[in-house]
Amino acid sequence: MNDNKNIIYLDNNATTMVDKKVVEAMIPYFTNEFGNPSSIYELAHEAHNALENSREVIKEFFGANDTREIIFTSCGTESANAAIRGVIEANPNKRHIITTKVEHPCVLNTFKDYEEKGYRVDYLNVDENGELLIDELKTLVDDDTALVAIMAANNETGAIYPYEEAAEIVKSINPNTKVFIDAVQAAGKIKLDVKNTKVDLMGISGHKFHAPKGVGAMYIKKGTIIKPYMTGGHQERALRGGTENVPYIVGMAKAAELAMNALEFENKTVKELRDRLEEGILENVKNAKLNSRTKMRVPNTTNIGFEYIEGELILLHLDKLGICASSGSACTSGSLEPSHVLRAMKTPFTSLHGSIRFSLSRYTTKEEIDFVVQNMPIVIKKLAKISPFQKELAGILGE
Amino acid sequence: MWDYSETVKEYYTNPKNVGSIEDADAIGEAGALACGDALKLYLKIKDGVITDAKFQTFGCGSAVASSSMLTEMIIGKPLKEVEKITNKDIIERLGGLPPEKIHCSVMGREALEDALNNYYGYKIGEKSTDKIICNCFSVTENVIKEAVEQGAKTVKEITDLTYAGGACGRCKENIQKIIDSILGPKKINKEELTPVQFALKVNSILEKEIAPQLALDNGGLELVDIEGKNIYIKLKGTCESCPNAKSTVKNFIEKKLKELIDDEINVIEG
Ligand SMILES: Cc1ncc(COP(=O)(O)O)c(C=O)c1O
Ligand code: FES
Repeated sequence: MNDNKNIIYLDNNATTMVDKKVVEAMIPYFTNEFGNPSSIYELAHEAHNALENSREVIKEFFGANDTREIIFTSCGTESANAAIRGVIEANPNKRHIITTKVEHPCVLNTFKDYEEKGYRVDYLNVDENGELLIDELKTLVDDDTALVAIMAANNETGAIYPYEEAAEIVKSINPNTKVFIDAVQAAGKIKLDVKNTKVDLMGISGHKFHAPKGVGAMYIKKGTIIKPYMTGGHQERALRGGTENVPYIVGMAKAAELAMNALEFENKTVKELRDRLEEGILENVKNAKLNSRTKMRVPNTTNIGFEYIEGELILLHLDKLGICASSGSACTSGSLEPSHVLRAMKTPFTSLHGSIRFSLSRYTTKEEIDFVVQNMPIVIKKLAKISPFQKELAGILGE
Repeated sequence: MWDYSETVKEYYTNPKNVGSIEDADAIGEAGALACGDALKLYLKIKDGVITDAKFQTFGCGSAVASSSMLTEMIIGKPLKEVEKITNKDIIERLGGLPPEKIHCSVMGREALEDALNNYYGYKIGEKSTDKIICNCFSVTENVIKEAVEQGAKTVKEITDLTYAGGACGRCKENIQKIIDSILGPKKINKEELTPVQFALKVNSILEKEIAPQLALDNGGLELVDIEGKNIYIKLKGTCESCPNAKSTVKNFIEKKLKELIDDEINVIEG
């Protein structure tokens, strides 16, 4: 339960509530301990120590070997940009890069940028269950491949991609190709253990695991050379200039600590609630179709398509009941195209536009889930009456 | 979230006139499931007056609200008046719509027109030669022509300006035809490049496609400068003293760059 008692918040893949313990941990670094961690006097020591202690925690969070492999950034988008641009610009002779069709825009649009500059770009496909076809890498990676970027878990479907295996494939063909993993949606939901993989770079974002918005981190394996994309002072080993955002970094470290302790809870209790929600809806709403069918999924996410009913309309009616979720329908985002992820999965048009993502957190309660399961059939029944596809709906709903 | 007016909220929460009319005198349809928007409008007409109207919409909040509002606006009205209702009128009655959502409301007007066409058995819009090119967003030929006259040169630019082509994409081919009919068939002008992209592309082709060929004869080249579409190069190695240099430049290098980048490229040696 969150503090806002009238709200059932099931959009935790968009952003999360900041944990109170996180807020408490941050406050001293706005007030008494406001020093610049680079300064020499006593006041700055505490800020510096807090920064380095946070780096230690985030190192653990990534499952990295060394604190020197951790760079603080301002968000997941910055981590992706720093990694992708950093690797490509450090390898000016290589003109080929690979990613997937289902990445977050922060990766896709960065790749588009290089595609426009004349780079050769390949995009891995997913199958209809949302599984990533990493075997395609075997024929795509070559001598000219500078970088492969793959997300650890998909924000829309929750599908976990076998990125460790993908990294193995890449390195077996070209050991010099760098591998970047966008782990924004994996962090805090599944264990990260980057030191035991062939991954070179990885990005996370604080606000997806109960830290504030506007703080993130990047893992960069020892020995990996990138061209800093934010040039400035010597901070973060000159890989990311700019005075470190100490209070937010402290907050992110606190959130990471809480998340590591809650991993088991996430994968048991949160998963049970997610399954309860998913099964409840699929059972009670006949035109509901599970979009994220893969077994390999983060424990908090489900994506369900409601045939012949438009997604935004469903969200607006859920909102009336205080239920917050999100949709891949074009109309919700104001873009003209429905979700590129569901499109890549070849989700049929009948349910594509009516797809709703529910994403839980460790604050979600059973009462909240039961309320949604109870109300979903009522909402869909009401909206089905408005649809022009009465014949089709009658066939499915059996009325 | 969208900043919907109270009226819009009321109309998508409790839409009025939802449903169908068994013995409708006219039925109009607009949109398609694939586009994410579809609307059916049923009319009962007596003595030139709309006596009842019902709708069914597959679409977002604004699509439902505007269809419902349309039915309210036409019930009890003579056809002559109804014909004059524009999309703008509907939006005004709704207390406005967020700009990104306006395209969701055009379907109402389109279905109404379809219903009236079916009723009369001819197209009311026939007097004008304007026809709908993009069904998803109800964009007509004249609107697209206007956009081309305002400077749009590619389908993408048309989409940016008018939305046409932005959903299912079925109309893209026809949009291209309209562009071609005004600007003449597309040159080999592959894509619009910024000067920097242009320079990078030229350089990459010189390095990757042309230099290796020249190297086979122990020759080489250097990119000296780019000025608009004029590309200045310097031949090196055996090419430098080669009597065929001029033809190499024109027949091989320039031809290749024209083919891959832009028809108007001019390669100058020296
Ligand atoms: C998979 C993924 N990558 C990156 C991001 C971007 O993170 P941020 O909003 O912190 O820039 C998100 C956030 O939606 C995401 O889901
Ligand atoms: S007809 Fe669908 S985008 Fe134009």
